[in-house]
Amino acid sequence: MNRRLLKKIAAKTGFGLLLAAIMLFTVFPFYYAIVTSFKSGSELFSIDYWITSFNLENYQAVLGQSSFVSSIWNSILVSTSAVAIAMLFGLTAAYALGRVHFRGRGTVLMIVLGVSMFPQVAVLSGLFEVIWAFDLYNDPLSLVFSYTIFTLPFTVWVLTTFMRQLPKELEEAAIVDGASPVVTLFKVFIPLMGPAMATTGLLAFIAAWNEFLFALTFTLTDDQRTVPVAIALITGGSQHELPWGHLMAASVVVTVPLVVLVLIFQRRIVSGLTAGAVKG
Amino acid sequence: MVMAEPTVTSANTDAGELSLARSVPPARRHNRVHRQRLFAAWMFLIPMLVVLAAVAGWPLMRTIWFSFTDASFSDISTYSMIGFENYLVYDNGAWYGVLADPSWWRAVWNTLFFTVVSVGAETVLGLIIALTLNAQFRGRGLIRAATLIPWAIPTIVSAKMWGWMLHDQFGIINDLLMTLGVIAEPLNWTANSDLSMWAVIMVDVWKTTPFMALLTLAALQMLPSDCYEAAKVDGIHPVRVFFRVTLPLIYPALMVAIIFRVLDALRVFDVIYVLTSNSEDTMSMSVYARQQLVEFQDVGYGSAASTVLFLIIALLTISYLYLGRKQFGGDA
Repeated sequence: MNRRLLKKIAAKTGFGLLLAAIMLFTVFPFYYAIVTSFKSGSELFSIDYWITSFNLENYQAVLGQSSFVSSIWNSILVSTSAVAIAMLFGLTAAYALGRVHFRGRGTVLMIVLGVSMFPQVAVLSGLFEVIWAFDLYNDPLSLVFSYTIFTLPFTVWVLTTFMRQLPKELEEAAIVDGASPVVTLFKVFIPLMGPAMATTGLLAFIAAWNEFLFALTFTLTDDQRTVPVAIALITGGSQHELPWGHLMAASVVVTVPLVVLVLIFQRRIVSGLTAGAVKG
Repeated sequence: MVMAEPTVTSANTDAGELSLARSVPPARRHNRVHRQRLFAAWMFLIPMLVVLAAVAGWPLMRTIWFSFTDASFSDISTYSMIGFENYLVYDNGAWYGVLADPSWWRAVWNTLFFTVVSVGAETVLGLIIALTLNAQFRGRGLIRAATLIPWAIPTIVSAKMWGWMLHDQFGIINDLLMTLGVIAEPLNWTANSDLSMWAVIMVDVWKTTPFMALLTLAALQMLPSDCYEAAKVDGIHPVRVFFRVTLPLIYPALMVAIIFRVLDALRVFDVIYVLTSNSEDTMSMSVYARQQLVEFQDVGYGSAASTVLFLIIALLTISYLYLGRKQFGGDA
């Protein structure tokens, strides 16, 4: 009896330690960035595990920099537009792929999946030429255009999965009533797709917000950058002079909204991620 | 009966349409509806396919085209064809081109090493986290939310955050390891050629393990509970149950997640570029191609490297699809 109790306690402690380790592993780097962002001057060079000072100097410096603020606006503009375009073309395509049986559907799905697996660098020079031809170099619009390469296939893929899950009876009723496919899509399906669209849109938004390679290559001046490039290019005189306090403050500023969004919509996000991959 | 009412109303307002539908035999009417739907399906698909062709198909073709030219980044409109010289050429007793460049092969090796090690570690860690989260305990929602944090943080930001934690003089990791007595003096994680790849892998594992964990967790939650009850009744050890029951059952879903991650890891760029910039020790194929393209302004050569990378990934994808189709009996 006593040994069994002991064993149970040991198992519980072990499990608790495992949970603590997982928690520490996932949260600590972000927590440490917050700790660092409140330090200034020489405080940065003493290692503390807790928040020891509460200095907003780094935040003031970062947000007082007009190019950083404009990079936030650029990121919002680019990500929102890229998601809107993907939704526009993705919803209709997902209806066709998810609800209609036709020859070549498998091929179209394979093309969509293939494009989402594309190494971005493989289209870099071709896209650069297109962007140059349309005079979009160093213009955030070039990013709206190029981000479609990953937001659109992703949106189509996930929305198709969600479309398939809707009951067949809905559509049969619409057909019996003589509704055309366009009416069926807009009057029957889209109203039901709200949650799925929110999930997909959020995931596509995060992907666009985090994109780096295109943003680094297709923009040149500080006021046209997006947030990831702006952060990557914060530099000091040399590697040892990197303004780590500013860097961490900037990191926290651009990450907190994402983390809040993710925590609010966590169930949705999980369902979206699994719809995108597991059903593949 | 209740359902029929709206139809009657619409028959009154639109009697002509309905009587036409009535006069056509049911089979042909069904056929007409089907044809209409097929037509609509393609009308819905064509805009999406046109956009994909514009943002992906055309640029890819142009990249392949450029790989046979000597185009330069500063003026991409004037170039001449030089055949396979960007790939491989024998000139004055020596081989030149991407395929003869030791740096390229180093980048290929780095990418493969990175892919195998980080995806392997992510799979194992993801499985452990997923199995933990699959248990019933208080605060489970909290932990699951916490695992989403690394996933939500932009790769650039996580690379910078880790760059700071791994700082050779003021980094917390060195401090921790020295306090614990694991190392005697601080390590220069991102600049030391033996360590920098491991630093990159560490950051990537941190960032993408949540993705693996969530996909694995989703697979675990779809498992039927009856075989577990049977195993429990039979008194089979949990470890044995895991390897004999759980793993085979989640294997297909796990494989899909692994394939997604492998294809993603093969094109890795951001984390390496930010953490160790253009260091030879960690350079991946994408970093190599971009360096040639943008920094050395050699669009032709860079495009050749990009094309080779594209071919490697395409080959892997096609062979996976082919094998998968064979394995799952044509319903891939």
